[in-house]
Amino acid sequence: MARGIKDKVAILGMGCSKFGERWDSGAEELMLEAYKECLKDAGIDQNQLQAAWFSTAIDEVHVGKSGIPLSTTLRLPNIPVTHVENMCASGTEAFRGACYAVASGAADFALALGVEKLKDTGYGGLPGGRGGPLQALWSANGTAPGNFAQLATAYMTAHGVSGEDLKKAIGHVSWKSHQNGAKNPKAHLQKAVEMDTILNAPMIASPLGLFDCCGVSDGAAAAIVTTPEIAKALGKHDIVSVKALQLSVSNGSESGHNSWDGSYFHTTRIASKKAYEEAGIKNPRDEISMFEVHDCFSVTELVTMEDLHISETGKGWKDVLDGFYDADGKIPCQIDGGLKCFGHPIGASGLRMLYEMYLQLQGKAGPRQLKNPRIGMTHNLGGAPRENISSVAIVGRYE
Amino acid sequence: MVGIVAFGAYVPRLRLNRQAAYDANKWFAPGLRGLAKGERSMANWDEDSITMAVEASRDCLTSHKAEDVRSIYFASTTHPFKDRQNAGVIGTALNVEQNLMASDVGGSLKAGTSALIAGLNASRDGAQSLVAASDKRMARVASANELNYGDGAAALLCGTENVIARLVGHHSVSMDFVDHFRGEDAEFDYGWEERWIRDEGYSKIVPPAIKATLAACKLKGSDITHFIMPSPMPAVPKQMAKMAGIGEGAVRDLLGAALGDTGAAHALVMLVDALESAKAGDRIMVVAFGQGVDTLVFEVTAEKDKLPKRKGLSGWMARRKEEKNYMKFLAFNDMLPIDKGMRAEFDKKTALSVLWRKRDMIYGLVGGKCRVCGTVQFPRSQVCVNPNCHAIESQDPYAMAGLECAVMSFTADSLTYSPDPPAYYGMITFPEGGRFMADFTDSDKEQVKVGAKMRMTFRIRDNDQMRGGFKRYFWKAAPV
Repeated sequence: MARGIKDKVAILGMGCSKFGERWDSGAEELMLEAYKECLKDAGIDQNQLQAAWFSTAIDEVHVGKSGIPLSTTLRLPNIPVTHVENMCASGTEAFRGACYAVASGAADFALALGVEKLKDTGYGGLPGGRGGPLQALWSANGTAPGNFAQLATAYMTAHGVSGEDLKKAIGHVSWKSHQNGAKNPKAHLQKAVEMDTILNAPMIASPLGLFDCCGVSDGAAAAIVTTPEIAKALGKHDIVSVKALQLSVSNGSESGHNSWDGSYFHTTRIASKKAYEEAGIKNPRDEISMFEVHDCFSVTELVTMEDLHISETGKGWKDVLDGFYDADGKIPCQIDGGLKCFGHPIGASGLRMLYEMYLQLQGKAGPRQLKNPRIGMTHNLGGAPRENISSVAIVGRYE
Repeated sequence: MVGIVAFGAYVPRLRLNRQAAYDANKWFAPGLRGLAKGERSMANWDEDSITMAVEASRDCLTSHKAEDVRSIYFASTTHPFKDRQNAGVIGTALNVEQNLMASDVGGSLKAGTSALIAGLNASRDGAQSLVAASDKRMARVASANELNYGDGAAALLCGTENVIARLVGHHSVSMDFVDHFRGEDAEFDYGWEERWIRDEGYSKIVPPAIKATLAACKLKGSDITHFIMPSPMPAVPKQMAKMAGIGEGAVRDLLGAALGDTGAAHALVMLVDALESAKAGDRIMVVAFGQGVDTLVFEVTAEKDKLPKRKGLSGWMARRKEEKNYMKFLAFNDMLPIDKGMRAEFDKKTALSVLWRKRDMIYGLVGGKCRVCGTVQFPRSQVCVNPNCHAIESQDPYAMAGLECAVMSFTADSLTYSPDPPAYYGMITFPEGGRFMADFTDSDKEQVKVGAKMRMTFRIRDNDQMRGGFKRYFWKAAPV
């Protein structure tokens, strides 16, 4: 195996805008909001940045293409800016680019910034109508909730879980995230919700109801990375370093070959295994302190916890109902509210997950601060269960 | 000996309850009360004359190979395209292109019989001709036509081998008697007074034509076992038969009670109905009226009983779902400015060059089969999808439209725009190998389950109304 990224890169600073229906802001204002906090936290001058990665997923509804929108908005010093897009995993992709630049020695300071301004389309839900001219001729008339709802039907079939049990378990996933989101002033949805409300909400794509779907939000998040040595030289304490960055992309076997039963994320199983190896983690269920995973839909989170090798396959729903992932459980998951409540501005989400890990590891998470977390893991998924990009990052204290 | 060698039909699943339609409109048109009984077939939102003709043709070809078809005649007064060969779409959907003559026949309610005469004559040298007739006519709200019309299709294969109904003779007259018309820009028919049509039209034009046909066939009226003559006036066929000395018992039912008048397809729909129950030796006369008359006489042969079973008209009639929601009928026919929401606004522009390159995939549902590992896959791709193979450029075309498949996972989606929400779709798998995420159609909550058996059906996927109504067709899964 390659030597990997472990402890080669440190997070020097991070920032995150308030997420939500930001009728007051365009993508540019959101970018600046996250960047200002990030640059101040890093404690460097903008002219010290040597490269930047910029992530958005649906650029046609806000900033457009290329690295120019970031460079222009922030008036960056004519450095390389790379625009990345890997659907909902774009944020982690920007972070990966910046980290690799630092690890390679090509840059001492690199910026990763993700943004998505979704609430200018005139309708709810994610913008539709993407895909090329061939897709348009044959792909099903689907939506994100419809694609992920099928993960639920396939999961129930594969593991003999009743509709009622599954609905309760995925209801608990959302209930827990609402509890957490209520303590996060930057979250889109900051209201705790009763279980009954969740279970009786209108159906979006059966069996997923309204509360099984994450928020469609505007927002931006950013990170400046450097090497641990430079961070130390700058006088930083409580340094957070990158332990693993792995990405696995479907090659069509799930969507086109009858070996996949639809009940799990093939890619997440691969990416997480590689990440544990890269980070030197032997027993993730004991070693990881907290998770921010891609809960675009409640059932996604449930299944993901199995594919990250934390819950046993087919038993994740029981761990969820046992409160294993609650704020006071063994491994808190979505302590910031997750995509469900913090919100899901697509290009920013991967960076927002890391933002929470970074705050928690530095003891700066305010009323939702966990006790002495050491290792945090993020999981950022783009696409649909049958065809996706699964991106995982492990960060932890640098010792 | 030329004649019919196979037959097929198609009727949409939905049947509009006429009483429900009448109840909605009786405040305005109480005079329609007499028509407020039974039901008429009603195309789903994703069906038109092409999709119905494809289904009837598939039914017809249950027993025969599509690649043996040398000509396709497609009769309709509602061809979806004025300039684009509609019959050619049917051919591509059946995966026949090479050595094929395709022709659209229209312009009159006797288009179906005119196409059949052309098909029979084209088959005299032994080459098989497929004749498909299909209509989905629009009618004004609260009109008699709205209640009388039905949507449906029939298909007949003509040839010289194993003929089930031998052509005894045919005869045509053409005269510009305008009982009704539909102009180039009109959506609806405009018709003259029924009594005039009966007395000056049918009564003066049809009997001499029947007489000439019988004489040419050296037959008497009483030799006819089945007399087929569509007409919006149920008494007229009986009257015409009587004038020709054809027994009243020979006059075939107009199928009005449960199907409705399927326009240019109706003579052939009724012919399929007759063929299903006809016995060897039966003589069938078909008469179609429309700016003249076509008449054909067939004699059923002993081969008929050897024809492999197919769904036929009776099979498709038996697949039925009653629709009592008249508003749904209006919405499906785009007669109601319903609020479709912004998700209906996404551009449906079709890259015609892509459609051409991928026509076997899109219209023929042709996937691939790997020569190295044998894996069937859809779509056919450059590199085999089997994780243990990944052979390059190893796939032969593999037709999948005729294969049964099963639901692996599904959802009922209320977010996406569908003319008939919620939209059902899901992953379907083929036992031979291959799977894809497919839209479902003709589906109810009770029918769609994990493991449910599905059949692929050729349907409208999108209608590009920004560009004059270019319809995109593709295959959807429907419960078996």
